[in-house]
Amino acid sequence: MSIFETIIQPDTFDVLIKIGIILLKIVIVVAAAMLHVMYATYFERKSIGHMQVRLGPMEVGPHGVLQPIADGVKLFFKEDIIPADADKPVFYIAPVISLVAALSSLSVIPFFKGFVIANINIGLLFILAMSSLGAYGIIISGWASNSKYSFLGGLRSSAQVISYEIAMGLSLVGVMMMAGSLNISDIVNAQAAYPLRVYAIPQMLGFFVFMVAGIAETNRAPFDLPEAESELVAGYFVEYSGIRFAMFYLSEYIGMIVISLIAVVCFLGGWSGPFDIPYVPFAWLLLKVYFFIFFYYWIRATLPRYRYDQLMSLGWKLLIPLALLNIVITGIAKLML
Amino acid sequence: MPGKYIPSDYLPILIFLMVATAVGLGVLIAGSIFRLKRPYPEKLMPYESGNLPVGEPRYRFSVRFYIIAMLFVVFDVEAVFLYPWAVVFGSIGFYAFVEMMVFIVILVVGYVYAWKKEAFNWD
Amino acid sequence: MAEVNEVKELVVNMGPQHPATHGVLRLVLQLDGETVVKCTPHVGYLHRGIEKLGENMTYLSALPLTDRLDYIASMSNNVGYVVAVEKLFGIEAPERAKFIRTMVAEMSRISSHIIWLGTHALDIGAMTPFLYAFREREWILDLFEMLCGARLTVSYPRIGGVRNDVTQEFLDSLYRFAEEFPKRIEEYETLIDKNRIWLKRTKGIGIISKEEAINWGLTGATLRGSGVPYDVRKYAPYDAYDKVEFDIPIGENGDVYDRYRVRMAEMRQANRILKQCIEKLPEGPIMAPDAPKFTLPPKDRVLKDMESLIHHFVLITKGPMAAPEGEIYVATEVPKGELGFYFVSDGTGRPYRMRVRAPSFVHASVLPRLCEGGLVADVIANIGTIDIVLGECDR
Repeated sequence: MSIFETIIQPDTFDVLIKIGIILLKIVIVVAAAMLHVMYATYFERKSIGHMQVRLGPMEVGPHGVLQPIADGVKLFFKEDIIPADADKPVFYIAPVISLVAALSSLSVIPFFKGFVIANINIGLLFILAMSSLGAYGIIISGWASNSKYSFLGGLRSSAQVISYEIAMGLSLVGVMMMAGSLNISDIVNAQAAYPLRVYAIPQMLGFFVFMVAGIAETNRAPFDLPEAESELVAGYFVEYSGIRFAMFYLSEYIGMIVISLIAVVCFLGGWSGPFDIPYVPFAWLLLKVYFFIFFYYWIRATLPRYRYDQLMSLGWKLLIPLALLNIVITGIAKLML
Repeated sequence: MPGKYIPSDYLPILIFLMVATAVGLGVLIAGSIFRLKRPYPEKLMPYESGNLPVGEPRYRFSVRFYIIAMLFVVFDVEAVFLYPWAVVFGSIGFYAFVEMMVFIVILVVGYVYAWKKEAFNWD
Repeated sequence: MAEVNEVKELVVNMGPQHPATHGVLRLVLQLDGETVVKCTPHVGYLHRGIEKLGENMTYLSALPLTDRLDYIASMSNNVGYVVAVEKLFGIEAPERAKFIRTMVAEMSRISSHIIWLGTHALDIGAMTPFLYAFREREWILDLFEMLCGARLTVSYPRIGGVRNDVTQEFLDSLYRFAEEFPKRIEEYETLIDKNRIWLKRTKGIGIISKEEAINWGLTGATLRGSGVPYDVRKYAPYDAYDKVEFDIPIGENGDVYDRYRVRMAEMRQANRILKQCIEKLPEGPIMAPDAPKFTLPPKDRVLKDMESLIHHFVLITKGPMAAPEGEIYVATEVPKGELGFYFVSDGTGRPYRMRVRAPSFVHASVLPRLCEGGLVADVIANIGTIDIVLGECDR
């Protein structure tokens, strides 16, 4: 049997079609995610602008709707400055790691019934793993830049992300116990039996811990210490410019969307809603995600920033005990019922 | 085929990772063709609020970070233990609950110890 | 191996090009992890030699220099300067001018405190109060523009009075502002006052005791936050401050939060003074009428009257004709603290020596005391709470 025959087997064609379908799905999801991220920045600037008695972007296009595109084009053509003493290969690769880690979480999230790129049985674990991986991008960018501000930012960020990782992981245990699965589609389906088709009511405590930890994981206000503008100027990406800066920016926003998506699928019933919206199976999911993203912005416009030690105590002394308590309560409740 | 397990469920993830990396690198490479490059020494200096940098930025950092890293390992492993337990909890029931309570209590003892040793304090 | 065992601390330059150092303050921080071991403020990046320039200008023409001291509250500096020069010359501004100067000084106090509140909150991470604060500051700047045509560098007071009289329209708009402003303060307080993160970030941070605050030479709200009721407006009243009622708010613990409370209360008091000034504003001239050797004659008289033309010419070219010899130190209460002008006069039209006692300079010196032993984030809170402006500090 020649090599040719081993490669071209009767079912090779099927496999190619399968891969083609997967690729198509991936392209759709990635393109949709990118579009959402672009307009998430516009949405942020507009909504925070209006909260702060100003208008936000108004110049590019009507009401500034083309602003994200203008920003993208600008950042794409900007000079890519690499500090002379930077650890070059690491400096090059850090934003890519950040971006890939943020994007890959999207591969296990079901956007509507039956539409998921990889329906694996440990979906939730995969997401947690990928969100930890994102910290690598931050840490090594802080290290490679050879600047004190970025180094401090990277250290802060690594400590923060791993601290809140635990609280986040533990807060999801309650959901796993109730659903009896780590497959995200199963978790969504299991929620149908509960009031309003959501876990948020029986898992109130877990939901709270998850949201706080999620905001901290994505380095958003009031936990934006790694990039605290008034202290560390921009934190870990202070030396990055142009397209690399844009990639960190993108990964932060994708991270935000991913955390919102997990919150929606694990606590708020995913794609299901009180009634079905015809022809747009992902309508409920999107609405819920937009709500969470707005919530992020709302918090950003409202709250001052935590101090480093306060942030650590909040994570270790409040959220972790609460998450453990949530597990015990869920266990007892499940045994009783 | 025996001995040849192909995790076909994970194939999409592999492809996704490849696509994501390609997107990241592609944007970088495509950009490098178009963008300008006019470096000069001052531009390539690391940011230090407009001053010449003093000393080595990659300094030896506080031991606190190692403590946090160790605590992370302990608690994250605990969380990983909890996941499979949580999944099968419904089918095993009371016995699993007691088992896990013992585990959690042991962990809480360690947690209280760390708290008393002020491992969670930063100032 | 000694090198390895040596404790290595990270030296970070914070400033001059840093978003939180309120201009061009430079702090060299030695960090152990996140803890500040040593903090050394470096000043002088905005030095323009205002004191030396003052020696080469007549008393009249040096007035615009004071605009550039604390550019956030230029009106207060102008008032401080003219009060000091008037005392040196032994002349007195008419009642109406005194009330107007009190009024504009309090307006500038509000605008300065408002900008302090906004930037302080922004440094601590609350973004929204910043933009709300600028709304009110804009209002005050509009009022200044209405009054004298300038918004930032006003140079409105004159030795012996003020540049021009206030119009009824101005008084009406100012009254509207004074009516509205307390509601706006409540708005800021709603935004941050009860916020747990804000309390955590400000309470118990940067504590300085009564005795220490006095020993460091702190003045203004920074001193009053520690519980010392010292206010130049009460202890050595100038202009119309002895004719209006106001309280001196003081703090208890001397931390960042108390200083915040004191400044908020001071804005309310300033508003109270504003209202009283509008109500009590007497009629009469706005320039000292009987001091032709010190003050410029009105423009219409210059064009018709020989005597006035000569006075005008000499005053502009040579400065005040009969400045008495001697030296004098006069302090006024500006938003940042006690602004003192010290003049040595040799009887010519220019001061032999002009010295400015800038509160920001004194306050910047207390930064190491406040920051050392704290965390990096507290450095930001401490820079905010002492409310320094580098234009004044470096002069």
